[in-house]
Amino acid sequence: MNYNWNWGIFFQPNPMGTGTYLDMLLSGLALTLKTAALAWVIALITGSIVGVMRTLPSKGANWFGFAYVEFFRNMPLLVQLFLWFFVLPEILPRAAGLWLKQLPNAPFWTAAIGVGFFMSARVAVQLQAGISSLPRGQKMAATALGLTTVQGYRYVLLPMAFRIILPPLTSEFLNTIKNTAVAITIGLLELTGQARSMQEFSFQVFEAFTAATILYLLVNAVVVTAMRFLERWVAIPGYITGK
Amino acid sequence: MIEISHVNKWYSPTFQVLTDCTTNVTKGEVVVVCGPSGSGKSTLIKCVNALEPFQSGDILVDGTKVNDPKTDLPKLRSRVGMVFQHFELFPHLKIIDNLCLAQEKVLGRGHDKAQAKGMQLLERVGLKEQAQKFPAQLSGGQQQRVAIARALAMDPIVMLFDEPTSALDPEMVSEVLDVMVDLAREGMTMMVVTHEMGFARKVANRVIFMDRGEIVEDAAKDDFFGKPRSDRAQKFLSKILSH
Repeated sequence: MNYNWNWGIFFQPNPMGTGTYLDMLLSGLALTLKTAALAWVIALITGSIVGVMRTLPSKGANWFGFAYVEFFRNMPLLVQLFLWFFVLPEILPRAAGLWLKQLPNAPFWTAAIGVGFFMSARVAVQLQAGISSLPRGQKMAATALGLTTVQGYRYVLLPMAFRIILPPLTSEFLNTIKNTAVAITIGLLELTGQARSMQEFSFQVFEAFTAATILYLLVNAVVVTAMRFLERWVAIPGYITGK
Repeated sequence: MIEISHVNKWYSPTFQVLTDCTTNVTKGEVVVVCGPSGSGKSTLIKCVNALEPFQSGDILVDGTKVNDPKTDLPKLRSRVGMVFQHFELFPHLKIIDNLCLAQEKVLGRGHDKAQAKGMQLLERVGLKEQAQKFPAQLSGGQQQRVAIARALAMDPIVMLFDEPTSALDPEMVSEVLDVMVDLAREGMTMMVVTHEMGFARKVANRVIFMDRGEIVEDAAKDDFFGKPRSDRAQKFLSKILSH
């Protein structure tokens, strides 16, 4: 292989005049973090609502939860982003479509919302499993004490269900971060996008993607560690994995 | 206090779980419900606070119709204490918080008042020292005593017990029954599903014997143990009293 290794490339100025190549990668990392954070918030909130709906006694709520989950998990993420980014503005009324196309940072919002909805279907399924894994008597006991359905979920079922699904939820958080890389296809210059441009400007493909790999690994290591601490912090003394 | 008249419940036309059940529990009365497993006794007691729906008939608790869609069920349930076979304490809450949750969220009691009431009841069931522990750190018998205290914290007008000692190790049965005997002697209105015939002999006013969803025998305690009228009750008694 004829390849000129050049690890010093990171400290050379990039052709955009925004500093060094390293600065370029770091700005991509910042955008990755921002996109992932917003996507995760959306995934957690809507996923929790839909997950709860799937466990309610109401047929209508079950049906909605089922339809929502199947819609968002049965289509490739890439296709979903294309739908949101290219198709949606065309099928909306002209004015709304135009407004969407001219939205500043459109790739960012599309990526965050698209990845968020995609991941929310997964959060919903896990929360549903967590709630269903609780003894049936827990809900009965809450009901028998006079708690309403909302109170029963808020004070009894959800605190336990979330504790139970915390480990798989960690995986979903990591997936959310990694899935933002797909947004390169709609022109978002996140970490993968910036590594790609660095390769194109400098031809140092191995250095660029080695750096991107290390940055992804570092971010995910931080998330995994933080979630471990959270797991330990909310552990219940004497209960399953408790101290 | 509890009037049950002509209650029928079925899951399908061929699967009837309760057939024309009629009985009542007057104020201060202790009624024991017994019968072979699958006879519908747990289902019947769960119908009393509408944890289980039924298809026809009426149940009135303190004059309020349980099966009336206009009834404020959370309010009604908050006045009916219920103790379950598997305790159903909320595992993520400390013992004292298990006692305070519904007092605060359902009855709207202040935190200090709820705590004071909770501590007073824990003392009564002999578990004051365990207030700051979590349910998983207590034995089964202790957990069930906490569950009784949790129900009493709501100042119930009637207490329902659904096989309160069936999930306990034999050596822990008596500590729970002692609490229940005390309660009965203080004049609490109680409906108790149990196989503890010693408890029935000691404090019951009446005994109801159920088989295949029907109330086969509904008699004063002495009549029931002395000369049960039905063959099925006689057989049942001879089997469980032979050891």
